[in-house]
Amino acid sequence: MIAGRTWKFGDGIDTDVLAPGMYMKLPLEALATHCLEAIAPRFAAEVRPGDVVVGGASFGIGSSREQAAQALKHLGVGAVLATSFARIFYRNALNLGLPALFFPQANEIQDGEAIEVDPVAGLVRAGGREFRVEPIPAHLMTMIEDGGLMPHLKKKLARG
Amino acid sequence: MGRTLTEKILARAAGKNAVTPGEIVTATVDLAMFHDSSGPRRVKPRLEELGAKVWDPSKVVVVSDHYVPAVDPESAAILKLTREWVRDQGIAAFYDMQGICHVMLAEGGHLRPGLFCVGGDSHSTMAGAYGCYMAGFGATEMTGVMVTGEIWTRVPATIRVEWDGVFADGVVAKDVMLHLCRTLGMDNAFKAIEYGGTTVRAMSMSERGVLTNMAAELGAESGIIEPDATTLDAIRAAGVAIDDEEARIWRSDPDATYEAVHRFDAAQLVPQVARPHSPANAGPVDEAAGARIDQAYIGACVGAKLTDLHMAARVLKGRKVAKHVRLLVAPSSRATTEAAAKDGTLATLTEAGAILMPTGCGACAGIGAGVLAAGEVCISSTNRNFKGRMGHKDASVYLGSPYTVAASAIEGCVADPRRFLIPREACSAPRAGGGDPSMDQVHASTFRAGVDMDRRFRGELK
Ligand code: SF4
Repeated sequence: MIAGRTWKFGDGIDTDVLAPGMYMKLPLEALATHCLEAIAPRFAAEVRPGDVVVGGASFGIGSSREQAAQALKHLGVGAVLATSFARIFYRNALNLGLPALFFPQANEIQDGEAIEVDPVAGLVRAGGREFRVEPIPAHLMTMIEDGGLMPHLKKKLARG
Repeated sequence: MGRTLTEKILARAAGKNAVTPGEIVTATVDLAMFHDSSGPRRVKPRLEELGAKVWDPSKVVVVSDHYVPAVDPESAAILKLTREWVRDQGIAAFYDMQGICHVMLAEGGHLRPGLFCVGGDSHSTMAGAYGCYMAGFGATEMTGVMVTGEIWTRVPATIRVEWDGVFADGVVAKDVMLHLCRTLGMDNAFKAIEYGGTTVRAMSMSERGVLTNMAAELGAESGIIEPDATTLDAIRAAGVAIDDEEARIWRSDPDATYEAVHRFDAAQLVPQVARPHSPANAGPVDEAAGARIDQAYIGACVGAKLTDLHMAARVLKGRKVAKHVRLLVAPSSRATTEAAAKDGTLATLTEAGAILMPTGCGACAGIGAGVLAAGEVCISSTNRNFKGRMGHKDASVYLGSPYTVAASAIEGCVADPRRFLIPREACSAPRAGGGDPSMDQVHASTFRAGVDMDRRFRGELK
């Protein structure tokens, strides 16, 4: 179970605001301090482990840069909920072990409220309400249970 | 039951007779491409952690284009690491500062119809102009491909986008894509966009590449165009042998099922401009005309090919860039620079006041030279104008065709290029021969020829 506060954003949160090109040369720790600064200057400094990012349509649109998902994970974000995801961001997030859930009711969530997310059961609790969402697709569960694509590959290679 | 081209390629790559949209398959990769930013520097440590090697170096293409030329010790180190890794892994297809990755795949003859390709870059969709499937992936997934030669994917439903008719002079593929960003939106994840219609058939490969490149801006999995005689000519021009029969099978069936079919009339389209900070903020140039600019940028895989430089030259010939504007031109490949130098295009541009930049991603990715300061405004022939994309987060970027960017550079503000088009005869840039008209705009005769060529290819004409 993931538990924290929500950070609410609108539609089309793109990879340039998540991982600005200007800082892409820097190591992840430094890049992450600029995550979302163009639209939410307090985010990187104030986000706490377990907090949940809630977005609208096409979350993560733009570049293939994995750092967009990595920066969120590095800052402790527990899950991203959005009405829809850009496909590369969605794949990157799951590969890195950052749960990304399609959440059609995102507009019913308030910014800064307490939230609980169970990505395996497909359950979201916020503002005294409970929402059912589509759980992570079954074919990805083995990879996620292994801890992401890298540990999954290690296991696969060990098996030979 | 009829299948779309994308479904046929995925079925072949997954070793199945047929696949259906929504189905999850594991596909065998025919070609994997990545660049200096997404590639070795991120994949090498992961492969070492896994104790694994590249599954098949002959199927890997590496391009250094993002951090070229090095501007500081960090970028120099990234380029050095790329060179060394490519050598250690025995990867022969390596382009070091030769051009932008998506352009090099075409110039290097790596693309042919029916291939299943993956790329460590979101605009990998561009390759679909050659009738192959190519989608972008992140570095961890690319590591997975390097180890296994396979990747899982959900078979996308295909959306067919048809353009018919002839453009007005000054309207090009870039305007089509900006218009589509507005009308279809950017929320088309897990869909394939298949472009067709007589307008597309009459386009050069360079212009078709704009359509497939910016399928990424529609949020799509891939963009694809069924191959025809123009495609085969381009493949042969890159020195690759291919026979018509092989290519002919890679088409959608006449009774294929599309999720949607959208039809557009090319004659109705006017030059389009996307306002800050999203390609979806596009509309007729009128809606943005008059906005003052500090910089005009002709660059990127999508907007600095030879045809794009020719468009700019056709507007800039005999004119001067406005005093307060800097016009930066970064050709998309070394071969583009060479051809534009030979045919006089570069001289036309620099005489007008353009500054010639190195080949590479440059300011497009906000990494190279030509980035923007806070409060500055740029009009750009690139594909994205998200906040912070080209430099400071408080800079603003408009997107337009090379015609529109050049016209705006002269006016000092966003401008309609149609008032600036000089007659083609007066333009020094000659038309390239063959099926690839160097000027994007399609004369009625070229248009007819393109359509006939396609019908001949389909076996309808002798
Ligand atoms: S030119 Fe721009 S869009 Fe094209 S590959 Fe480079 S950074 Fe990406």
